[in-house]
Amino acid sequence: MKRETLLARHAVDRAVHALETSQDVAFDRRRFFRVGTGSLAAALLSACGLAGSDRAERVIANVSRKNESVERWLLRHTSMNHVTPGSVTAGKRFPTYFISDIVPVWDANVEKWELEVGGLVQRPMRLDLTALAGLPRTRQRVDHFCVEGWNAVAEFTGVRVSELARLAGARPEAQFVDFRSFDDGYHESWDMESAMHPQTLVVFAKDGEALTPPYGAPARVHSPVKLGYKNTKYLTKVVFMAERNGGYWTDNGYEWYGGT
Amino acid sequence: MTEAARDVAAAHAPRHHWIVRLTHWVNAVAFTIMVGSGLRIFNAYPAFARKGEGPFALWPWEGTPAPAWLTFGTFLGNARMWHFAMMWVLVAMGLLYTAFIYLHGEWRDLVPRRGDPRDAWEMLKFYAHARKEHPRHGKHNALQKTTYFLMPFVGAVIVLTGVAIWKPVSLGWLTSLLGGYVWARWWHFSAMLVLVAMSVVHVFMVITVDPYSIRSMITGGYSERLSPEARNARPFSGLLPKRKARVKAPTTPVDQ
Repeated sequence: MKRETLLARHAVDRAVHALETSQDVAFDRRRFFRVGTGSLAAALLSACGLAGSDRAERVIANVSRKNESVERWLLRHTSMNHVTPGSVTAGKRFPTYFISDIVPVWDANVEKWELEVGGLVQRPMRLDLTALAGLPRTRQRVDHFCVEGWNAVAEFTGVRVSELARLAGARPEAQFVDFRSFDDGYHESWDMESAMHPQTLVVFAKDGEALTPPYGAPARVHSPVKLGYKNTKYLTKVVFMAERNGGYWTDNGYEWYGGT
Repeated sequence: MTEAARDVAAAHAPRHHWIVRLTHWVNAVAFTIMVGSGLRIFNAYPAFARKGEGPFALWPWEGTPAPAWLTFGTFLGNARMWHFAMMWVLVAMGLLYTAFIYLHGEWRDLVPRRGDPRDAWEMLKFYAHARKEHPRHGKHNALQKTTYFLMPFVGAVIVLTGVAIWKPVSLGWLTSLLGGYVWARWWHFSAMLVLVAMSVVHVFMVITVDPYSIRSMITGGYSERLSPEARNARPFSGLLPKRKARVKAPTTPVDQ
């Protein structure tokens, strides 16, 4: 190390030393305590300012995007959700939510409900509830992980999204899937790997009974591999796409990937 | 390097290596943000019970959120982004620090020794005024040493439990190992409380017992004349250095 660097360092250290031994600061214990706690509080307050600053927000949004590659690498189709032994099925205590002012109910008198499977597929499909329920079904008792931190156990019956992709002939360019709803424009787009996970279903029954409006009737997406907000309820369309197109909560500042 | 420069360097060998100082302050900021954003995330569901089950037995305050002034982040989604960005900083600093103290030998100042419980007891007696003279010790007293030794382990528990609740399906084996998602979340929170408690006591002791160590964590410089041992310092007392004439030259060698 250069002599100048060493001497410069030494000078800085002497200056700090002079500060710590000065009559004003160190030798008055009350004042020292005030200065100490004061500067600590100031540091904390300036840290709070960080949370609102544009540049910091851009940085963390970028990291969130980078995290996706780690999360996608971690997700395997062989990693399955297993409910913790002894867990109780939530039943009616499974929380409900929707973004419309009142619970969205499909009015079959106006138009028959059909699930549209389209986008980058060879054979676009329209399935009514009977047709959907007639496809090879999967029944699974799994966790539902909410972004808020709670989880709930339910038994869902439905058709694998991978089965729909196979029947419709999803093209290789399809790298993303958008799940759209009749709940006031609510939709969420997914990466293909998560959508093709064997536990990702288009669900029409919960706990052995047909879905009721609070739980997303007539059909909804459910998968333990994504946080609750990615699992579109009141489903109308499954669209295979080459590009992602955000989603309701994603456009409101939540991570797009939202994986578990 | 000239001989004079070597003398200066030898006379002012830093109390803490720059890697220790760097990781200390980066961690202080990162950990504060992690706790704040973590509490903001916790407040979205300030309980541990799985939906449909009774209150979680090991948490008497189910449903009570953390005070808002302790939280960091404008809303849940924002707090999560902070949490999942800052975690990399903490992990990087944690790895750098532990690798460094292992390779550079600093672990010797922290590793538990047979006499530690006795020395810790003597420190407690001293703080309780049941003993007049500050116990002699090496770089740290036994209480400090034990705390600094345990901190990285508590940190590791926080990281592992955090990863388990971040990826309860992709890394389901880890989550199951911890007793499932609900337990992993409880462990994550509890380990955080332990590390916060350690940090709060640490900051309190620095301010009230050894404010001169702040310099040692910034520039590396430290005057033995101002050490708590030399000042016979307890919280809020003995902050002034003893007059030079009264300072006895240490007659017993430091027990290292």
